[in-house]
Amino acid sequence: MQLVLDQEQQELRSSVRKFLAEHAPPQRVRELADGDGHDAELWRRLSTELGLTGLVVPEELGGSGAGHVERAVVLEELGRALAPVPFLATAVLATDVLLGIDDAAARADLLPAMASGELIAAVAWDQESVPAATKRDGAWVLDGRAQRVVSGDIADVVLVQAKTGQGTGWFRLRGEHAAKTPLRTLDPTRRLTNLDFAAAPAELLSSPDPDAVRSRVRDLAAVALSAEQLGGMAKVLEMTAEYAKVRVQFGRAIGSYQGVKHRLADMHSALEQAGAAVRYAAWTADVDPQELPLAAALVQVLVSPANFQAAADAVQLHGGIGYTWEHDAHLYYKRAKTSELLLGTPDQNRARLADLLQI
Amino acid sequence: MSAPEPRSRVPRNRTSGERDAARPREAAEREIDSERDHHRESRSGTAFRAGVRDFLARNAPEPLGELEPAEQLRAAKRFQAAAYDAGLIGITWPAEYGGQGLTAAEQQDYDEEAAHYDLPGSPFMVGMGMCGPTLLDLGSHEQKARYVPPLLRGDEIWCQLFSEPGAGSDVASLQTRAVRDGDSWVINGQKVWTSGAQFSDFGALLARTDPDVPKHRGITMFIVDMRSPGVTVRPLRDMTGRAPFNEVYFDDVRIPADAVIGEVGGGWLAAVTMLGHERVSIGGSVRRGGDPLAYDNLVELARARDRAGDPVVRDRLAGIYARERALALFNTKLRQEAEAGSPPGARGSVAKLAGAELLWQAVETAGLIAGPALTSWEDGDAAAEEMAIAINATPASSIAGGSNQVQRNIIGERILGLPKEPQVDRDVPFRELKVGTQRRP
Ligand SMILES: Cc1cc2nc3c(=O)[nH]c(=O)nc-3n(C[C@H](O)[C@H](O)[C@H](O)COP(=O)(O)OP(=O)(O)OC[C@H]3O[C@@H](n4cnc5c(N)ncnc54)[C@H](O)[C@@H]3O)c2cc1C
Repeated sequence: MQLVLDQEQQELRSSVRKFLAEHAPPQRVRELADGDGHDAELWRRLSTELGLTGLVVPEELGGSGAGHVERAVVLEELGRALAPVPFLATAVLATDVLLGIDDAAARADLLPAMASGELIAAVAWDQESVPAATKRDGAWVLDGRAQRVVSGDIADVVLVQAKTGQGTGWFRLRGEHAAKTPLRTLDPTRRLTNLDFAAAPAELLSSPDPDAVRSRVRDLAAVALSAEQLGGMAKVLEMTAEYAKVRVQFGRAIGSYQGVKHRLADMHSALEQAGAAVRYAAWTADVDPQELPLAAALVQVLVSPANFQAAADAVQLHGGIGYTWEHDAHLYYKRAKTSELLLGTPDQNRARLADLLQI
Repeated sequence: MSAPEPRSRVPRNRTSGERDAARPREAAEREIDSERDHHRESRSGTAFRAGVRDFLARNAPEPLGELEPAEQLRAAKRFQAAAYDAGLIGITWPAEYGGQGLTAAEQQDYDEEAAHYDLPGSPFMVGMGMCGPTLLDLGSHEQKARYVPPLLRGDEIWCQLFSEPGAGSDVASLQTRAVRDGDSWVINGQKVWTSGAQFSDFGALLARTDPDVPKHRGITMFIVDMRSPGVTVRPLRDMTGRAPFNEVYFDDVRIPADAVIGEVGGGWLAAVTMLGHERVSIGGSVRRGGDPLAYDNLVELARARDRAGDPVVRDRLAGIYARERALALFNTKLRQEAEAGSPPGARGSVAKLAGAELLWQAVETAGLIAGPALTSWEDGDAAAEEMAIAINATPASSIAGGSNQVQRNIIGERILGLPKEPQVDRDVPFRELKVGTQRRP
């Protein structure tokens, strides 16, 4: 297994980091968080100038044919910057659904446009509320509600796992055919939207085993989200360690007190281990597909709670300033809590890991 | 050094390979799969791995827990020598000094295969993990050529003579003196908690050679022959009731001038070098083999006690598994980084700290699984006995090799660059310091 980045991957990382520092600085993220939460210009440039949107899309479909290790590197940087772009929805979830199903026509139709940034796609796959698909006059329509769809508010295309007469199927429909109810969110930098379908015209995507697609997409999403969380965690550690060096109380920098120093050391220790696990999981997604479910469960169990703990400690160690709206610490705190719960709670994740281990 | 490894008689036989085989393979994945095998093969050499597997199948001794200490040591030495002769010890060490000159990939192959056994490695840990690497870093060519090959083969065992009654975490406060006398150095003083001194042939000794300079500057590291006249080793019992460590007294012990490792007065650099290796080796070795507190054995315990279905037990076990894997992956990553040219430095402290904390979680989980049954057992119940020893040995890993607090200081100061604690003694000549609770030199 390969846990260290090669030269090219390191270069990818530094170019994305530099680009985001320039084009998605904290003020910009805040502005957008107060607005519609989406930076169309940044998305366009990430797609066209850096070619990141189609990272795992094969070259013949307009992507760059790279792997999950590269995608994880990009997600780390996006998480570090809290970049307000629909990467998770389009370049992860929707891309993975399309690559997972058996529908060459849909792939050829959608992936090039997604890779070039023209098309934003979102995925509705919440298992709590599953829309129903029925055939009327020879055409499929969807009814029901999809909850908390990531980037659902701005999606041009929505991929939906819906109930059919025989199990489930994957469908595509145009964003405008769903009634969109943007939700107020714990995390202002990650928009979630309810989509209501009332006889919405949809197209069935060819997929022999829709649930298997869902599982693989879920595992890949866990890896991707963990990478994003790792980036956020690295950022709060950096920010907090810097602060601990300059903030003086009782005549000493607070970082010289063990009560502070040791908490930062624990944060570092958790980050290092999470980092190794994320590299492993991304490597597994590329090279060792049989191990992916286990690696995905592992990385989620490790990273989600550690990220939240780090974000909460960051607020604590900044003291009053950290609790202030103007400070960035709360943005990471809110993102961390949202990410911790987005794909299942920590105890559900541990139960899933236990299942996979056949305990 | 690390806690003495408690040994379990439960073999670690559930390999991930077997788990793989039990799973149905998706047809679509086959292609990628064969690519992966190819990938692995080209990187790590299946021939080497097959050799390891074959060697271990033939030579790995039964766990030694039941044997008398002296017999355990003989069996451990037999195994070490056989493994060395088969080319499996010192895999990444330079061939010039008796190693195999191979890469981290082969080491990884060996480690993965060895993890299925409960191999008797602990008598060699200080030598292999700490003294040997320090000799390679700082020793003269003659020292390396003389000491490294027999160290690897297990013919000569090493111990680390750092800690003293007044100088544990604060190693640089040590008071053992070395005074130059013609062609020799004469050593006087006392060391404590010296693991394995009772069966060691050599020790890496830190002694004060100049009390007139500040404490970090007046120290020198020496190679000392533990059979020299004037060396007295007295066993110390630890809280498990066993005596794996010792007090060591030096009374006018003469050692030759060429026994200095590195520079005279350069002992602090040598100490820091060795402590760095120590953290990496302890961190990397935690929770292998037959530790009753390892994940696999806790699962066995849960099954045996019919507790595996309890959601809370499952939750904790999954948590232990995750941390154990995270630590193993982190260690692998450190090794790969080292091979790519960036040595771990202070990051070994992360592994050391994580390993110690993992054990505490495992102790808690063992209690959750077994309940009051953990408190008492009938005579002759070896598994219960070993679990009890493991629980009683757990504090060792949070103290030995630098306490958890000290590791956190290292991470905070050397990795994160946080300001140091105020230091009152950094610039004061050692002679003027009040050290620990001890007499002045
Ligand atoms: C099983 C075992 C094997 C050992 N083997 C060896 C060996 O082979 N060779 C050898 O040389 N030594 C060995 N040691 C000694 C070991 O290195 C020391 O015990 C250890 O470094 C701690 O020193 P101390 O015991 O003097 O505790 P102290 O340094 O007195 O510490 C007491 C308490 O104070 C805390 N403390 C100390 N300084 C600080 C600080 N700056 N900030 C915050 N807290 C602090 C410690 O964390 C600890 O909790 C071994 C110890 C054990 C337990």
